[in-house]
Amino acid sequence: MSHRNFIWICLLPLVVVTAAFFLLPMAQLLAVGAGGSRGVSAYLAIITEPRYRATLINTVVLAAATTVATLVIATIAGLFLQRHRFPGRAVLIAMLTFPLAFPGVVVGFLIILLAGRQGLIGAITAAVTGEKVVFAYSIFGLFLGYLYFSIPRVILTVMAAVQKLDIGLEEAARSLGASPWAVQRDVVLPALGPAFVASGAIAFATAMGAFGTAFTLATNIDVLPMLIYTEFTLAANFAISAALSIGLGVIAWAILALARSMSGGAVAAAG
Amino acid sequence: MSGIAGHGAAVHIENCGKTFPDGTQALAPASLDIVSGETLVLLGPSGCGKTTMLRIIAGLETPDAGGRVLFDKTDMTAVPIEQRHVGMVFQSYALFPNMTVAENIGYGLKIRGVDKAARAARVAEMVALTNIGGLENRRIDQLSGGQRQRVALARAVAVRPRVLLLDEPLTALDASLRDRLRSELNSLLRSLGITAIYVTHDQAEAMELGDRIVVMRKGAIAQIGTPREIYFAPQNRFVAEFVGAANIVEGPVASGRLTLPGGWLALNDAADNAAAVAMIRPETIGIVAEADAFLRGTVESVAFIGDRQRLVVTGAANKPLTVDAPNTINVRAGERVGLSVTPQAVRVLPKED
Ligand SMILES: Nc1ncnc2c1ncn2[C@@H]1O[C@H](COP(=O)(O)OP(=O)(O)OP(=O)(O)O)[C@@H](O)[C@H]1O
Ligand SMILES: [Mg+2]
Repeated sequence: MSHRNFIWICLLPLVVVTAAFFLLPMAQLLAVGAGGSRGVSAYLAIITEPRYRATLINTVVLAAATTVATLVIATIAGLFLQRHRFPGRAVLIAMLTFPLAFPGVVVGFLIILLAGRQGLIGAITAAVTGEKVVFAYSIFGLFLGYLYFSIPRVILTVMAAVQKLDIGLEEAARSLGASPWAVQRDVVLPALGPAFVASGAIAFATAMGAFGTAFTLATNIDVLPMLIYTEFTLAANFAISAALSIGLGVIAWAILALARSMSGGAVAAAG
Repeated sequence: MSGIAGHGAAVHIENCGKTFPDGTQALAPASLDIVSGETLVLLGPSGCGKTTMLRIIAGLETPDAGGRVLFDKTDMTAVPIEQRHVGMVFQSYALFPNMTVAENIGYGLKIRGVDKAARAARVAEMVALTNIGGLENRRIDQLSGGQRQRVALARAVAVRPRVLLLDEPLTALDASLRDRLRSELNSLLRSLGITAIYVTHDQAEAMELGDRIVVMRKGAIAQIGTPREIYFAPQNRFVAEFVGAANIVEGPVASGRLTLPGGWLALNDAADNAAAVAMIRPETIGIVAEADAFLRGTVESVAFIGDRQRLVVTGAANKPLTVDAPNTINVRAGERVGLSVTPQAVRVLPKED
């Protein structure tokens, strides 16, 4: 058996699985999307139909905000956790990364416990100001849920990247007179660029497509996954839900590609 | 500010020891004075505390309580590195990968608020000084090891540091490049007149670069002296053996003579001692006819190295002696020879256990 044949035989299972469980359903989805009363124009509905477009914008803004907030929080926490040794550090890391295993429903439930009608924040604000603050069912509740979801993943990536940073770079910058802020700005953050792009992409894609949290919280929030779900199960509008699904995928992918190419120069330079 | 390097500070280190939080004593309390403009080399085997000492001077480590670091009589012990105005060259070079060569060299000036025109002029000056013209707009990953080393040096010198600190800057390079850069670095340091502290474990590097050498061993200073003093007058067996090749011989000393199995050696004013230890450098031993010498032995092996030949002579001392002989004399293994050594070439060392 030649070397080349051997590689092909090793790849065969992957090819079969990809074809059976990825390409075929995707092709089917594409076909269903175009097979409704609107025909191929169903694919444009996500942009042309005002209700769909508003939902799309909502979803993208929410996902972008989640990504930015997650990166900021997780970078600060990740830098600190990787660089400092203190009692309880291991416990803290375990706690921060604990939600990794939670399904969206549980995260939604936690948000309700925190900021729902019977929630902790409601009880406290009611006691202090006399007015009960409830935001679990608003877009802010969803934002909080997504943060909860994304932070663990991003923290782990950032910590791994920080560990690989050459501490000599920071010492060199300091010896040249750079203040701690300047060191972060000129040395640490550029070096973490690739990690930001990678983990930010995952946070963004997760927030675009997260369903469980939205489903648990959603009384009055419109995000794309929810829209697809309602079109599919309640309105039985298979063509539109298929077209929306494809649209969700394409738009998330396009935004990530854009972010990657914009940061491309910086990432390449930092590598 | 004077000259291309600016002002070199005199450095005074007082009782600086370092015990790390895990209990490792990397450095026993030591004191050291570095004259303005001098190149001082810290030399010693791996793990002897050279880097720790350098980092204390830089301000990257704080010395144990009681230790002080002074630049020009000003106490710097509590001053953080970013305000010490030192230049550092790391073994890994630690060049910023997100900046070009020119941006790397100009970084310290930019941070200190030097305006763009003055910065460009200074960068150009450094580029010329370190011979890296044409590389200004390259990224760091497009440079060879030797070029990186030059950029690291240019970056450290650009800010006119009060003290230049170099931690094994040539170790990562291959041997021939290392030799060339070593002599380049040497003339650069001389022309800059900068105060420099240079860490290495390579004794040839230490000899060539150092005005003075501090030989370190296990976190303590074994000897401080000029290269000649360190080489010809080592104060203990460790220094004798670490710097250059050394024959260590043992025997009783009486009335100015060291008695060895193969005869005796005349000494310069040595006290009587029943069990003395002495050092003889291989190149100070002359090969003469057996009849003309007071010390004799048998040639065990001859290795022709080109510029000289290295003999191993047995029977003369308690251990085989290494002799660096001229490449012109004709000796063969198995031959009996006489060994001539001047009294100045025999260095009696203090007894150690
Ligand atoms: N942060 C640290 N914590 C604990 N021990 C340390 C630390 N840094 C260095 N040491 C120890 O201190 C001793 C001296 O280290 P140092 O780096 O000064 O040696 P060195 O002479 O520079 O060696 P090398 O030639 O290998 O670079 C070593 O035994 C080392 O293991
Ligand atoms: Mg070292």
